[in-house]
Parts: sequence; C-alpha cells; structure tokens
Amino acid sequence: MTASRLATGGSAIDRSRPIRFSFDGTSVDGFVGDTIASALLANDVAVVGRSFKYHRPRGIWGAGVEEPNALIDIGGPRATPNARATTEPAREGLVAKSVNATPNALADRNAFLDRFSRFIPAAFYYKTFMWPDWHMFEPRIRAMAGLGKVDTDWTSPGTSDQVNHHCDVLVVGAGPAGLAAAKLAADADLSVTLVDDQRKPGGSLGHRAGDIDGGPAAEWVEATIAGLAGGGHLILPSTTAFGIYDHNLVGLNQRQFDGRPDTLWRVRPRRIVLAAGAIERPLPFANNDLPGIMSADAALAYLRRHAVLVGKRVVIATNNDSAYEVAEAIAEAGADVALVDIRRDGMPVAPAKVRQFKGRTLASAAGRLRVEGVTLDDGTRLDADCVLVSGGWTPTIHLFGQARGKLAWSEARAAFLPGNPVDGIAVAGAAAGAVSLSEVFASAEKAAASLGQTKAAIPRSTGPEATAGIVAAWPMPGSKGRIWIDYQNDVTVKDVELAARENFVSVEHLKRYTTLGMATDQGKTSNLPGLALMAGITGRTVPEVGTTTYRPPFTPVPLASFAGARVGELMAPVRRLPLETVHRAGGAVFQEYGGWLRPAHYGGRNADAVRAIQDEAFRARQSVALFDGSTLGKIEVIGPKAAEFVDFLYYNTMSALRPGRCRYGFMLSENGVVFDDGVLVRLDEHRFVVSCSSSHVAAVHARLEEWRQDRFGRGAVYIHNATSEMATLTVSGPNARTLLETVGFGLSLADAALPHMAIGHGSYAGDEVRIARVSFTGDRSYEISIRADRAEPLWAHLRQAGQAFDAVLIGLEALMILRAEKGFIVIGKDTDGTTLPHDLGSDGPRTKRQTEYVGRRSLFTEEASRPDRMQLVGLTVPQGEAALATGAHGVERRGGKLHSIGFVTSSYESPALGQPIALGLIERGAARHGETIEIQHLGKHRTATIAAPCAYDPAGDRLNA
Amino acid sequence: MQLFPCPFCGPRDETEFHYGGDAGNARPDGGDVPIDRWANYLYLRSNPKGAAREIWVHMNCGEFFVMERDTLTHEVLSSTALGEEHTA
Ligand SMILES: [Zn+2]
Repeated sequence: MTASRLATGGSAIDRSRPIRFSFDGTSVDGFVGDTIASALLANDVAVVGRSFKYHRPRGIWGAGVEEPNALIDIGGPRATPNARATTEPAREGLVAKSVNATPNALADRNAFLDRFSRFIPAAFYYKTFMWPDWHMFEPRIRAMAGLGKVDTDWTSPGTSDQVNHHCDVLVVGAGPAGLAAAKLAADADLSVTLVDDQRKPGGSLGHRAGDIDGGPAAEWVEATIAGLAGGGHLILPSTTAFGIYDHNLVGLNQRQFDGRPDTLWRVRPRRIVLAAGAIERPLPFANNDLPGIMSADAALAYLRRHAVLVGKRVVIATNNDSAYEVAEAIAEAGADVALVDIRRDGMPVAPAKVRQFKGRTLASAAGRLRVEGVTLDDGTRLDADCVLVSGGWTPTIHLFGQARGKLAWSEARAAFLPGNPVDGIAVAGAAAGAVSLSEVFASAEKAAASLGQTKAAIPRSTGPEATAGIVAAWPMPGSKGRIWIDYQNDVTVKDVELAARENFVSVEHLKRYTTLGMATDQGKTSNLPGLALMAGITGRTVPEVGTTTYRPPFTPVPLASFAGARVGELMAPVRRLPLETVHRAGGAVFQEYGGWLRPAHYGGRNADAVRAIQDEAFRARQSVALFDGSTLGKIEVIGPKAAEFVDFLYYNTMSALRPGRCRYGFMLSENGVVFDDGVLVRLDEHRFVVSCSSSHVAAVHARLEEWRQDRFGRGAVYIHNATSEMATLTVSGPNARTLLETVGFGLSLADAALPHMAIGHGSYAGDEVRIARVSFTGDRSYEISIRADRAEPLWAHLRQAGQAFDAVLIGLEALMILRAEKGFIVIGKDTDGTTLPHDLGSDGPRTKRQTEYVGRRSLFTEEASRPDRMQLVGLTVPQGEAALATGAHGVERRGGKLHSIGFVTSSYESPALGQPIALGLIERGAARHGETIEIQHLGKHRTATIAAPCAYDPAGDRLNA
Repeated sequence: MQLFPCPFCGPRDETEFHYGGDAGNARPDGGDVPIDRWANYLYLRSNPKGAAREIWVHMNCGEFFVMERDTLTHEVLSSTALGEEHTA
C-alpha cells in the first residue's frame, strides 16, 4: 500500500456513514462525502483508465473539473459515460467502469499500441488509412481509440427540469473571491445568485490555509453562506456555469443527487461576477503521464478534505510557491518528501523534514503501471510512489473568454488574465490573477464596485498570505523522451513539433491537427503548455501565438438537460378534437394529420383498415355520412375594411359576396404559388370567416395578421382565430337534409332558403349554430358549427337520428377518397411549391381582376406564362388494373432519354366508380384530356390516360339531389 | 439567446420571435410593376453587416414591429410598433 486513508481528519467525509461501490468489478470502500476519485485513492487504486490513443495506464490527476484522466462510465438508471471520478460523488452500490480499457484498466488488451507509438503520431490514422477509403477502417480504429461508451439501451428515469431565473448579480464560484463579492452585493440590497461546482462552498479555503477577520477561514465561509441564505439569496452548489450566450444569458448545469436528472438553469443576471478560481498545470518531463503523478494542489485537497495521503515517498516538483504548503502538509502527515524547485533562489524556506533540491527540474519519471521514481536534470535518482507537480496556475476565465473578453498576457503570473473589461462581467480572485487572500478580497471589492455600490466593508485576511513566485517552466522543443502535453488526447511534445513542421502553427490549426485541447476536459490543463511550446518552437511569444476561441460548454452538459421536457409527445404536441373520447368510444382509429389527431376510419384495424375505409366511402354516397370537421379553420375577419382586406388576401374577388353566402377561393403567396384554398363565409357587411385548410390554420392566421398590421393598420380590421372555439360537424349525402330536419335547428333547410354555398343561423339545445352548405364530398352537405363544449349532445343526436337512414361515420381517409372522386384538391398534396392558380384551372381572376391582390404580379412573369406548365389532371388506368402509386412519374422519351412530365399526386380505389382514380400534375395536362401517357414507378412502367380532374358526377347534380 | 424588446410585452427571449424581413421593403402594387422591381421586392435582401432595420413578430402577442439591431454585435438599438415609426 502506498496511498492510504489517515485515521483522522477529512473535512468532507462522514466516517459514520461507510459506503461501498464497484470499480471495474472490484469493490471499493469509502465514506459519504468521498468522490469516486478520493475513494479510489484511499483504496490505493493507481490505474483508473487507459489513454485515448496509446492505451497508456492513467491515474487520477486532479481533484476537480479539470481532470483529464480519471473518466469513468457509470452504469445503472443514472448511467453517465465519461463522468469525472474527481467530481462524481461516491455512493452506495454505484457501478463504475474505466473507459477505453478492455477488459479493465489494469489489464488492457490494447496496451500493446503504446509500443507502436512512434509509428502513430498526430494525424497518423487519417494519413495512413486515406486510401482507398477512411470509412473502411474507421469503425475498427474508433473501437480501439476513444473514451467512454454510450449505453444505447438506456432510457431516462425522468425529464430534466429547466428553470428560467433572473437576478441582479450572478456570482460564479463560492471561493473567497466569490463569497466576498456575493456578500458585498447582498449588503448593497442586490439580489444575488451564487453558484459553485463543488458540493460544499469555500473553494480553495476548503484545503488551503487562511484566517479571515481574525478567525479560521472555514468559520467565515459558514457565516457568509448563512448570511446570504438568510437574506433570501439563491445558493446553488454542485452547479457549473457552463456557458455565456447572447445578451449575457448564462447556462447553469445543476447536479442532482436524489435520482433526478440534472437541472438546466437559464439565468439572466444584470451583472456577472466571475470568481471561478484557477487550475493547476502539469510540468513537462518524460513519462509525466504515469499513474501516481498528480497535481500538487489536488493532493492537498485529498489530504485535507478526504484524509487521503497520496503516497509514502513523495517527490514534489514545482516552479512556484504554492507547492510549499503542499510539501509541508504531506510531510506532516507522515510521508517522506523531496521538493524539487526549478528556482535557484527567491523561493520560500523548505518546510521541516523536507529535502529541497534548488534549481532542479524533473527530467523523467520511471515505472510501469505506476510511478516508481524520478531522475532530476542533474542525473539524481529519487525513489517515489507518488510525484506531485505544480507548473503554475491557469485562471478559469472561460465565461469571460466566451463573452469575447480580450485576454492580457501576464509574465509575472505566467498566465493569460482578463484584459479589457466586458460589459456586465467583472472577474475576481484567482481568475483575475490574485494570489494572496488580501489580493483576492481587493479584487472582489473592485468587482463589487463595478456593480455600483460601495458601502460594505470587505473581509480582511488575518493569517498567512500565499505568494506566487512563479518562474515559467514550459515544455521545450527538442526535449528527450515522451513528454505529455495533453493527457486526455495523448498529445506529446513531439506531436506539437510535428504540427509545427507541417506548418500547422496557428493555435486553431494546432488544436485540430493534434486534437490538443479537445474532448471532455477541453484542455483545461494542457492548452497553455501546448501553445507555449508552439511559441518556443516558432520563436514567438505566448501572446503572439494566442489562445483558441473559448466556446461553451465549460464542462460536458447532458443532452437531456437541453431537451428538458421536450421529449416524446411533448416534442411536438398534437392538436386534439373536442370529441376525441366520443370517437374513440365509437371505434375510431386515430392518426395525425397536419398536427391534428383525427379519426382515420371507424372500426377495422391493420389489414381490415382498407376494407373499412372503402366501406365508409361507399356508404357515404348511398344515404348519409357523419364527419367531424372541427379542425377546419374558422378565422374571423371583422371591421370596416374587412371586405377590402379579404379582396387583397384572396385571388378571387370576395367583396362581391353577399352576406349569408360563401365562396371558394385561393390564397396565394407573393410569388404567385397557391398557399391555401378554402371557403370564405360572409356573415355580414363587415364580418367574414376564413375557412382555411385544417393543417394551415396557424400559417394562414399569421399571414392575415401580417398583412393586417403592415398594410391595413390595426384600426380598420380585426382578426380572431375561432378555430378551436367551435366544433364543426358535417352531414353529407342524399339524405343529409332529411336527417337534419328530424333534428330541427329552428330554421328552414329548404333549398330556396338555404341553397348550396349559403349559410343559415339556427339553434340547438339553446346554443347558436351556424349551418354552412358547402361540400367537400360533392354530395349535398351541411357543416354545422356549434360551441366546442356543446358539440357532444349534438353529435349523439345526429348519430341516433341517423340510424333511421343507415348513416355512416366516416373518417378522414374516406373523405379523401370522396373529394378525389370529385377532383377537389388538397393544397400541398395535389399542388407543390410551383403551382399557380391557373395550373389548377382557375384563370378567371388572373385575366379579369383589375384590383390588387397578394401574388398578382407573379402571375404574369415569363415563368408563369410558360406553355409547358404542369397542370392538374385526372388519371385513369386501363380496365382491371390496380391504382397508380402516388408519386409515380409521368414520363416521355426525348432524344432517347426518359424525361419526367409530372407526377401522380393522389390515387385511390373509388368504390363509387368501381375503379381506381387519380389526380396528378402533368405538363400541358389541361389540353391533353384523353391522351395516354407512360407512367414510371420504381423502375416499372405502365400507362394511364389523362382525364378531367372530376371523375364522379361531373355535372354536380348530387349537390342538390 | 438574445433578448428582444417587444414594444407591447417588453424584453423576451428570441425564441418567442419570428423574423419578418427587411423593414422598408415596400410592396409595389399593380399588375404592371416592372419585373425587376417586383423581383427585388420578392427576393433581394440587403443582409447588412452592422446596423439593420428589420421586421419581427412576437409570436406570443402576434404583433409585428420594426427592430433596429446590429447584426455583428447583436446589440438591439430600438424597437417600434408598426405604424409608429415616425412617432417613436
Ligand atoms: Zn409581444
């Protein structure tokens, strides 16, 4: 054993609550408060995964979100691929598996790849397997490389909550800077939201020394949090501010530990204080990726938070002062510590019992499955079971960078710091380059001052003060051995040198060529060393090389968080009929049509469906059919300019319509294409009802509103969409009037009083009804509109009265046959995005109308006047043949080649005619009635004869039969 | 996600809005409008980099309005109800 749990201590763990979980099939003991990483370390598990490309053994590097190595797949109902062991709480019964390792991290069968590493440098796979086709090799290469596995059988235990939130100040980070800034803002009566990615607030104060206002830092953290909570401010632990978007919208991902999926927060703060701290960097030396080589600060965190001592013989390498507190604490905890400092002078005094090597660096580390020793640059060999490194600190300024904040290079800090301020964002603490608590609090005060208040006193640092003292120690070109820059993507110094040789010297090219800084950790530990190395290779300064573009998310966010409740039926909710339950009880089979859930047919499922539909369509013509047409648009146009308005909106002149009458017409788009068809009802002089297609109501309504507001003004026309307020029940067939007379609506249904294309007003059971005599079946039809909530008794009455007439309930499928028999079109089915009104045989308004209407000018272009336009036709097939396929093309041979002359748009078996019928759009079709053409479908050819669109009752006698 | 100011409802998320085209793209009336002019009205958009005047509709209240915004910085400069362009 080398790493171990100490008998006492550990501020984060609860020793009274032991837990057990499994990692790669082995059981691991820990306590509540452990992360998976701290528990693995306490159990001396050194190898936790295999690297992305070379399958090198890898151990835990850090203690937070920056972790590049310790990725694990978590199974079970809360399955998560590529979870970070360092931020994932250990819990009883959890099943974790290392990534990219078969069968496990310790004994990985692809480990041989590492021996071929010098043959597989950056871009090797792409270059080598380009011929004959990368995709031939890709699946097997992908199976060998990569990280976690997605469990494709997994289903979410619930939907993620999404919360919209507003506040005056959003403080990101609950370390000393964030807490101080939050307190200052709260004292100034601003509403504060404080988020932190740890479960416990305090940030670095959780494991770094410090006294505040004369007491231990932990007490100050507790008091400050209590003060904020007591003041009604929102504190969100385990929450990461992962992205900042337009107009300073901040996305938060909140972990839940009670079985719920993560919560997505969309926060609109007036101001943002970014106090996200800083991340420790590695140091460059050969084999610096061996398990047991860790961030020095992380080791201190494991010691003080989890009582885990990471090794017995510990070498600490540093280029700055922050490692000295680590050395002192690790030595005090009982380890043998050697401290290797790159600096010859100017560093702090070595702590007691710590051997100090001044002016030295690590040249290499040795070991197989874990580090066993190091060699210094002067050849000194030191045994070690753990190597802690501190290569300096990279401020966490992702949100600032995402908000297009410019960075300023600081030689004194060997880091990029926030440059020119970004509107609405203040950066404080280590993220702004502060090192001592006094500097941290000063920067918090400055950030708070930018919020526009000054009155509260800032906390005072009353204990030891940290110092920076950093000397840059960047990876150098030409270094010996394999020196890792990016652990997660297996990018070494040599890969960066190769990129430079091949002239990928810009950071963005470097990133894409070597994959430096990609994947789940986004280069939190590797970006700066990588671009500093590129600077060294190309003789530029670090700021001259610059950084890659900062993009969200800072840490991976589950897609389920972004989806929220928009899954399944809620992704695109269907519209429902008021009588849905009645229809279901009546045996209706429902389908979705243009966003509406409607009866397709009544009775008959699967193979029987076709027979049921044919039966409905046949019987509808015999006596009387009942149909629920409630989805039909009912958009009211009201006002002194209503007539002028509908004239402009319709292709047909509508102002000539007398009150109480209806007219069928087209609405066009400005490019002349038929947008919608339907019946317009004139209720009175200044009131119309636009009865548009069911699936088109929202679009027609929007179009009416646009023209109303843009051309007619709000005062002269008013538009009201009453579609869902009214149910429309249609009674169609030779016996329709007789049936309605037995029900009685208090108005005369005689043809003289209520002729075809007229409306009447009556009542049913005390409710007003509007009866429109319009027909989509070609038979005598009545559309009865009544308040939606009163439709059920009327429907029941119609059904009951219909029994005497052998009435049939018909669904939409039968209606489609009936309308096709008549040659009545469905827009978007029998027309396409080029169909003009005269293609459908409606040329009157185009040639005669003198007044303005939508789309008018487009009907007189060269294109609109082409003689070979596709026109609406009927199509018949030779006796005894089956129906044509919808979508089949009419073809002609021109110069030996087949050429499409149009296509079949609708095709059915007509029970009334006892033969197939079809509609189509065919070039010059209107002038070719009687001509037989060739039809091609899926390589098969047959013939059809062009006819008039109307195949049934062309004289229209049945409208009044 | 941007915040757009509806002149009727105040600032709202951009997902509540639909784009309605360039402001000032006046419709030329008549069956004999020169075809080039009609084509410009139908198809040619200015797509400026920087300040732009655009028509937007707030889907929740259904009102169309003119919004001036910077297409580069996404800064919103003004929003005005239709018909009030000269009064606001
Ligand atoms: Zn609005």
